[in-house]
Amino acid sequence: MSFDVAAIRREFPVLHQQVHGRDLVYLDNAATTQKPKAVIDAVSGYYAHDNANVHRGVHALSERATAAYEGARETLRALLNAASTREIVFVRGATEAINLVAASWGGANIRAGDEVLVTEMEHHSDIVPWQMLCERVGAVLKVLPIDARGELCMEQLDALLTERTKLVGVVHLSNALGTINPVAEIIARAHAVGAKVLVDGAQAVAHMRIDVQALDCDFYVTSAHKMYGPTGIGILYAKEALFEAMPPYQGGGDMIRMVTFEKTQYNELPYKFEAGTPNIAGAIGFAAAADWLSARDVDVLADHEQALLSYATERASAFGGLRLIGTAAKRATVLSFTMDGVHPHDLGTILDREGVAIRAGHHCAMPVMQHFGVPATARASFAAYNTRDEVDALFAALAVARDMFA
Amino acid sequence: MFDLRDLYQQVIVDHNKSPRNFGKLEHYNHEADGYNPLCGDKLHIYLDLDEQGRIADVSFEGEGCAISVASASLMTEAMKGRSMQEMQAMFEAFQQMVTADIAEAPDDDTLGKLAVLAGVREFPSRIKCATLCWHTLKAATEDSGKVVKTE
Ligand SMILES: Cc1ncc(COP(=O)(O)O)c(C=O)c1O
Repeated sequence: MSFDVAAIRREFPVLHQQVHGRDLVYLDNAATTQKPKAVIDAVSGYYAHDNANVHRGVHALSERATAAYEGARETLRALLNAASTREIVFVRGATEAINLVAASWGGANIRAGDEVLVTEMEHHSDIVPWQMLCERVGAVLKVLPIDARGELCMEQLDALLTERTKLVGVVHLSNALGTINPVAEIIARAHAVGAKVLVDGAQAVAHMRIDVQALDCDFYVTSAHKMYGPTGIGILYAKEALFEAMPPYQGGGDMIRMVTFEKTQYNELPYKFEAGTPNIAGAIGFAAAADWLSARDVDVLADHEQALLSYATERASAFGGLRLIGTAAKRATVLSFTMDGVHPHDLGTILDREGVAIRAGHHCAMPVMQHFGVPATARASFAAYNTRDEVDALFAALAVARDMFA
Repeated sequence: MFDLRDLYQQVIVDHNKSPRNFGKLEHYNHEADGYNPLCGDKLHIYLDLDEQGRIADVSFEGEGCAISVASASLMTEAMKGRSMQEMQAMFEAFQQMVTADIAEAPDDDTLGKLAVLAGVREFPSRIKCATLCWHTLKAATEDSGKVVKTE
């Protein structure tokens, strides 16, 4: 498939504006991506034509809304290659998905003395829910360390996996470092000791093809807003047998079959985990984003982004005074760095005035910052609509910052 | 248009590069921690109050962006020998300056050199960087023992 970045850019209305008198260069895609017109239209079209509550009305609009919402579930099943839509639960995002697993599956399966293993490069959302659970039940949280390049110390994995390990949480593509982790290998080794594996795919889905059956992961979580979809919607994938055995997370409407004051019968999958009126428009926008990704072929988009990342990495090495944080052999989308003598937040402010939007901070991965001994990093992250010229604009703006502090 | 140099004036760049009153005081009787969770800026203030309650000496340690380091450096410089009332007045004038409308001229008489930080008001996300040291100093005078957070 041929790739035409100018055509892609035309699909994203927000890109065509100036900030502080400069053409916007949006390089904060790991925080959230921009949305193509197809997604914006799907959301507004739903509200303009079909809006109704789902699963309960007998009228035409409710039937249309239900069909669109359930159609979205099927689209996302296909995107992840899950075996069944019974394995796809809509949630608020990756964070809620992990909290759901920790509360429901963790609450039922993790006991005092058991172990949860996460990696040193996890996002706070894949650390704190496990910490809370471990504290509550008296389990132990263990950490698989990273090395100086920001790769997992895989040689330590087997020693950390014990018969007490109940769950391994691992990020597929790190938002702080860009590292792509060998999740299939981790899953195989974790399964060998009987542990379940949750893969945090919040960053991954926009940048690589996902096949949960081939990975054989037990849980996979992601957020729509990082893959060209709306905020406030995401999915939790779990193997059907796990979902079947898990107690509900929240109680309310939609998740029940029968309620009396004596006893409630829960609804079948996946509705058992979707209490209350869901984010219907969000799910529809999410599916539009998935369709958009599939139609353009995520592998083709990823090749383009990889070329930008290589070019940016080259320019960073030639620039002088930049330290790259995260230099893993397998890396995508993220260029995380510090500049000698200039704090990341000053970089963020100066770049913004040059029209270049990046992120400065700890990227919700404070342990990664601690590992590299920095309070924060500056992070540029690339998406399908970014260009080589924008990489040049980034480095021109970095030169302004360097001169200002010289 | 607002120029970046209005924020990063030479004085600020200089104070960031070689902060004044940086490091632990030999003798101090008050201290406090400040933390800006958004930036990860960390600040520790050492304060020596004399018998009259005047600031005999004050210093800081920590890491942060240029705005927060320069602000702490300038603040410690300006605070030596001040009474609590004077400190309070300057704190209020400073807060007024960094949150005021761009058209409003800073109160140079009260603020003196600190007026170089007036540019911060054009950068809403950076105001907390400039005020962290002040909140921390105030906490030190009150010895609350709590970590001051900007959020
Ligand atoms: C790797 C990773 N995991 C989880 C999350 C949390 O996603 P959300 O805030 O959409 O729930 C993020 C978002 O920053 C992320 O980058």
